[in-house]
Amino acid sequence: MNLNATLIAQLVVFFALVVFTMKFVWPPIVKALDERATKISDGLAAADKAKTDQALAEKKATELLRQARESAAELRSGADRQSAQIIDEARAEAVRIVALAREAAEQEAGSAAQHAKEALRDQVAALAVAGAERILRREINAQVHADLLANLKQELK
Amino acid sequence: MSAEHETAQQGVTAGEYISHHLTFFNGTGAKQQALIDWSVLNYDTLFYSTALGVLTCLVLWLAARRATSGVPGRFQAAVELLVELVADQAKGLIHSAESRKFVAPLALTVFVWVFLMNAMDFLPLDVLPDLWRGVYGGMGHDAHQAFMRVVPTADINAALGMSITVLLICLYYNIKIKGIGGWAHELVSAPFGTSKNPVFALVLGVINFAMQIIEFVSKTLSHGMRLFGNMFAGELIFMLIALMGAAWTGWNVSSILLFAGHFVAGFAWAVFHILVVVLQAFIFMMLTLVYVGQAHEGH
Repeated sequence: MNLNATLIAQLVVFFALVVFTMKFVWPPIVKALDERATKISDGLAAADKAKTDQALAEKKATELLRQARESAAELRSGADRQSAQIIDEARAEAVRIVALAREAAEQEAGSAAQHAKEALRDQVAALAVAGAERILRREINAQVHADLLANLKQELK
Repeated sequence: MSAEHETAQQGVTAGEYISHHLTFFNGTGAKQQALIDWSVLNYDTLFYSTALGVLTCLVLWLAARRATSGVPGRFQAAVELLVELVADQAKGLIHSAESRKFVAPLALTVFVWVFLMNAMDFLPLDVLPDLWRGVYGGMGHDAHQAFMRVVPTADINAALGMSITVLLICLYYNIKIKGIGGWAHELVSAPFGTSKNPVFALVLGVINFAMQIIEFVSKTLSHGMRLFGNMFAGELIFMLIALMGAAWTGWNVSSILLFAGHFVAGFAWAVFHILVVVLQAFIFMMLTLVYVGQAHEGH
């Protein structure tokens, strides 16, 4: 263990190495480390935020779903009510129309029957006169027969 | 292990083998005799420590260049792990964010660099010196003078060089944080305080100053010597283990047993040494941070 100029040389070398490390090695590595640390903490914060956001969104979605279900049920019951009402109204209308139609038909049928009856009566009288003419052609007492027929006609009324 | 056989066949004694491995390549062709000789330079220490320092910077720089804040690859993650480790320790020991901009990279450099220098111990003991012997001999020099030590931290010059750098940085921060006057005041008033009485104040001042100087010297010495001592001892034990294999004399019982001993002991020591290598690098880095942190705080 003898001391010599190597000591001084080593001192210089050491100092040069330290300066190199200080200038070119340490800053970029430490910068990268710090940047990564910020990145990670940012990422963790973002993850936390996303988690709470998701919980909120889920809550909101459930609420919306519930509302939609409720309004759908409301709509359905309204529609049910309305359709029942429409059916009822339609039924009542139908009944009314049927009654009207029946009445009109009855009326018409009644008057037609009257007309027919009258026409028939006339024709029967004419027919009877014609028949009687043919029967009684030989024994002509038109006056008697006419009275008779008038009487008969009267009875038929 | 071929190298050890060779040395044994060349009739090198155990002592010669070890002392050859403990001699630096310093251009003088021999071991340095004086305790301190500023005209001598250990080229091998300088070469390996600079090369490993450049490697350290290159590896770290590669990671830094492609560093992204996105998902890191394995390499980037490994370097980031290191940086985080060092940054955490620096944060705990140095409370000035401004100083950390310099001291944290310093600690990272120290850790990786010292670790790599220590890890040179894991290379087979004779590989690089043997290669060097071939190259040096091939260049027409005396191959017996082809000394080479590959673990720079097992050189007291390297270890003390680094600890003295740390001392200089400590002094710089002492002055920067406390100001020249503040620091001068601390030098004479801590750790024993001062007195209103001028005579006592002078006496206490001298004692305090002496204590401060002792503190700086002992911190720096122990800082460097701890690393040097551990790595030197580790290297020496690898050499002693290598002697067992080097004692091969043919297919006889003792040679085979020694060979087995070499394998078992070498394996065990290398595994244990993994701990030592990392631990010493970590301790050197931690002490660097502690000392610089102390320079920031008043007594």
